[in-house]
Amino acid sequence: MGIELDVKSFDDALKILSKNYKIFAPVRLKGKGAFSDTDLVTYGEISSYKDIELNEKSRYSPKEVIYPITQTLFYFTEDEYKEPEIDDKGIIVFLRPCDANSYLKLDNIFLKNGPYEDNYYKRLRDKVKFFIIECTKGFSTCFCVSTGSNKFLDYDVFVRFDNDKITCDVKNDEFSYAFSGKEVEFIPEFIEKNEIEVKLPDIDKISQNLEYVFNHELWDEYTKRCIACGRCTVSCPTCSCFSMQDIFYKDNPKCGERRRVWASCMVDGFTDVAGGHSYRQKYGERMRFKVMHKIYDYKKRFGTTMCVGCGRCDDVCPEYISFIKIVSKVTDAVDRGESK
Amino acid sequence: MILDIDTKLLKKNAYRVTKQRGITALRIRVPGGDLNIKYLDIIKEIAEKYGNGTVHITTRQGFEIPGISMEKIDEINELISPIIRGLKDEGVQIEDEEGGYPAAGTRNVSACIGNRVCPFANYDTTVLALKIEKLIYPNDYHVKIAVTGCPNDCIKAHMQDIGIIGQVEPIYDPSRCIGCQACVKNCKRRVTGALTFENFKVVRDPNRCIGCGECILKCPTSAWTRDEKYYRIVIMGRTGKKNPRLAQTFIEWADEESVLKIIKNMYDFIDKYIDKTLDKEHVGYIVDREGFKKFKEEVLKDVKLPKKAKVANHIDYTGYRYERNTIYD
Repeated sequence: MGIELDVKSFDDALKILSKNYKIFAPVRLKGKGAFSDTDLVTYGEISSYKDIELNEKSRYSPKEVIYPITQTLFYFTEDEYKEPEIDDKGIIVFLRPCDANSYLKLDNIFLKNGPYEDNYYKRLRDKVKFFIIECTKGFSTCFCVSTGSNKFLDYDVFVRFDNDKITCDVKNDEFSYAFSGKEVEFIPEFIEKNEIEVKLPDIDKISQNLEYVFNHELWDEYTKRCIACGRCTVSCPTCSCFSMQDIFYKDNPKCGERRRVWASCMVDGFTDVAGGHSYRQKYGERMRFKVMHKIYDYKKRFGTTMCVGCGRCDDVCPEYISFIKIVSKVTDAVDRGESK
Repeated sequence: MILDIDTKLLKKNAYRVTKQRGITALRIRVPGGDLNIKYLDIIKEIAEKYGNGTVHITTRQGFEIPGISMEKIDEINELISPIIRGLKDEGVQIEDEEGGYPAAGTRNVSACIGNRVCPFANYDTTVLALKIEKLIYPNDYHVKIAVTGCPNDCIKAHMQDIGIIGQVEPIYDPSRCIGCQACVKNCKRRVTGALTFENFKVVRDPNRCIGCGECILKCPTSAWTRDEKYYRIVIMGRTGKKNPRLAQTFIEWADEESVLKIIKNMYDFIDKYIDKTLDKEHVGYIVDREGFKKFKEEVLKDVKLPKKAKVANHIDYTGYRYERNTIYD
């Protein structure tokens, strides 16, 4: 069963929810696009239906909500340190199934990748309630069906936005109090076919042909084409690498803070080590590292493909490099290589 | 055949006296270099029927149709009436649609392609060019104005009496910065080196920043975003036989309203100080004679510049003169 709402009662619901929750959704920031007179669609806090941007894919993913770009881990003075407080409120995120699945991929990295859970991640992640935006058409670069991220059933509320008619399936009883409207038959739908279908490589075949894939000439092209700007990784909902920065305040260098800040395997400096060495200086090698992590290494470790098929990396590349195309090339190479 | 033609009127009508007796050429204005494609048919028809079958693209982004007999001017003026009406519909003050162009002194306002196409452009140059056209045309004073989207200055605003260069104030959100330094490296390499890296974040020196917006374009995380649109006004650049020179910055971080008002005021300045004994006098030479201070005072009358605006207190032109007896052995 679902509850049908008009815009006003939906806004009322948001208002009620906002007492205990910060509510995030894709929003359109007027004039904030990189090019003049263009907008930026990204995740931001909302307070009403009209704030939500449903017609365009967000450039950045909702991972920023639980994994901020810059996060102060603690402040230090000469002899003590203190972790910053976080907001008491819970977090509601309106997001599509692919992006909801990306949270589960991040969970593997931050919570299940070794003996310790990452507390800074966990304390935000635990607050999250999933309000799934029904997505049955997707966008032109989406391939979530190919990566198996087109469905997300473990939601709190599922929402169908049909112009000004909003239908919700409130699965989590905790939220029933906020939604009042007509009860209607409602079966949430998920996208079953994208415009693009991508064949992912068989990871066992890769494992058997690692050297072959590693040294394959297909990567060379990207040494020439890629500019190592990192846009693909910062827009990716599952990229999770960070570096640590210790800041000593200028006025008094005995005080400061430790931050963690997103890093990108595509950008210079990512592999810098003591002694001034660095690895993967060729951009094609960086591309290989990134792509293989998304479709091979991660899957080998956690049993699921890291990439959720949102297609943002294809959307944002200023050099028109297509991740989708690279994945297809790898699959082809592996299939052909194996038959040799 | 008797040819009795008032060449002054002919020139004012956007035709020219050519090297071939009795033969003229017509200049079609294309404000901002942006023309509805339907007008090309008219240009084609004139070039084929009245001209020599060619069209010249002028340095100011207009079309010049050569090889026209002076006798046909009235007929051609009638043919171009849809083009004139087009200008009129856009708001340019033209009374007689059938009489051809009412003035040619104030030249076509040219513009780079601007932000309708170019990623670097900080504003819609086509729109601003048209706004300026509406403000100053028709006018007999010989004035050259061009607008360009960013300090790359592809339209060569530095060669104009007034050049308008788009600026943007970049806004930095340090919390979104991943310290990749794409902006810092690029600013140093390609712009003015206004950005430095300190405590893993970027510091912008507003005295070095020229508002080109490259940092915004380079940023992978939108840590740099756009704020208000601004304009740099460069003035009194010129080519010419006497003293060629690049225009110099008069005002930085001006808003659109001020830009338009300053241009309007410049016409009053010309009107007041032009040497009326001459056939024509370029505004740059008037400023040379009367002095920058006087010019500044006149054109800034009733102009409310934004707080951020910076106005030059003097200008050193770096142009040159052809003083051969002193520069050659």
